[in-house]
Amino acid sequence: MQPQRYWREIPRRYRLEAGKCRKCGKVFMPPRLICDACRCTEFDMVRLSDKGKVHTYTVIRIAPSGFGEQVPFVLALVDLEGGVRLTMQVADCGPEDVKIGSPVKVEFRKINEVGKSGVICYGYKAVLA
Amino acid sequence: MVGICGYGAYIPRNRIKVEEISKVWGTDAESYKKGLMLEEKSVPSPDQDTITMAVEASRKAVKRAGIDPALIGAVYVGSESHPYAVKPSGTVLAEALGATPECHTSDFEFACKAGTEAMYVASQLVKAGSVKYALGVGADTSQGAPGDALEFSAAAGAAAFLFSTEKDKIVAELIDTYAYMTDTPDFWRREHMHYPRHGGRFTGEQAYFKHVVSAGKGMMAKAGMKPSDFAYAVFHQPNGKFPLRAGKMLGFEERQILTGWLVNKLGNTYSGASPLGLTAVLDEAKADDKILVVSFGSGAGSDGFVFRATDKLKAAQGLAEKTRQMLDEKKRFLEYGTYLKYRKMIIMNE
Ligand SMILES: [Zn+2]
Repeated sequence: MQPQRYWREIPRRYRLEAGKCRKCGKVFMPPRLICDACRCTEFDMVRLSDKGKVHTYTVIRIAPSGFGEQVPFVLALVDLEGGVRLTMQVADCGPEDVKIGSPVKVEFRKINEVGKSGVICYGYKAVLA
Repeated sequence: MVGICGYGAYIPRNRIKVEEISKVWGTDAESYKKGLMLEEKSVPSPDQDTITMAVEASRKAVKRAGIDPALIGAVYVGSESHPYAVKPSGTVLAEALGATPECHTSDFEFACKAGTEAMYVASQLVKAGSVKYALGVGADTSQGAPGDALEFSAAAGAAAFLFSTEKDKIVAELIDTYAYMTDTPDFWRREHMHYPRHGGRFTGEQAYFKHVVSAGKGMMAKAGMKPSDFAYAVFHQPNGKFPLRAGKMLGFEERQILTGWLVNKLGNTYSGASPLGLTAVLDEAKADDKILVVSFGSGAGSDGFVFRATDKLKAAQGLAEKTRQMLDEKKRFLEYGTYLKYRKMIIMNE
């Protein structure tokens, strides 16, 4: 990943910063320019909850490059308290440990490293609560 | 009045037992368990490093303090395993907390003492009135060379402390500090070398005990206190035996030390070691309990702190996961092969 692209995503990767529509209150992650519910263009920044539940998940056994050492790993859709659904890895567990509805919390983790000399990209993953 | 207004710890869930390491190198597990009082140690997951653990510990500290992180004016991280050779750990930590951009940051290094150095400087900046809140963190994911005695103890963990001068927020008042330091080559790692080297038995009497005992005595003399004044004492814990012996040499009883003595199940978390011991004590302490903390870093030196728990501590204790909970619950035991993979000790193709 290019350092510039990673850098642009820091507010949501590090702090789960989302956009909340000023008119109808819908929360967007990643933040958007126009609300798809009411077409409002004004948003307030809100930080999402670090607690949630697994909505559903899949087990990755053939990983994209850079993630091969981690297989098999769990990729889940997590419903965070407050109603936003995010895709994230579930760390520190085997595929058999995760169930639909499992309570999770969000932790700060390394997502990937660009080779031995590139930038280290941090972000969020879930762990079983 | 200056003191801690929020504290937090982080311990990874992975563990490896002394027997599992001994099995591979043909050493006698029982002699390590009896001699060094070590049973198992924490191991970071492949996606964890000093920065990720510092963030998790610091988020708990902010939660317990109940402050707006934007008001944190200084962020200091002490570690001997900063992920980058050039680029601060503190910038990532401050950004993850939401403390940027009006924030001073620096990474500290002094072997196992880097964490208390960060606490020392953070507390003094707040005391001087330079910043409203300052954060001092000790975090490490240390490695011992395979087959070396250090492999049984080198572990991972982090502890974070927010300092403030606001009386209504302080959970542990900082009564006094003390530092004792000499140039002693007991343990080192040169640039580009993977593993540290140490002076074997030289690391004991001339390094650890000399500095910890001198700093403990100096701290108590400066504060006008004696061992019986303290409810708790926390010493740097490279193995189980050293802190108990140092405590005894200073006149402390085991019951004063055991609450903050985590090393038998945790291993040596280096810069996180005595700071994590302090978090375990703060989880249990009652108002007016006095706490002595003495760190140790090879090279060599010790920082001393005297804290007094306030009546605000009780309400803060339950606001985040406690240190002993992280130590005792949700553990995952690793086999030696997985441990090597997690610690990136297996040579891979590019
Ligand atoms: Zn809207």
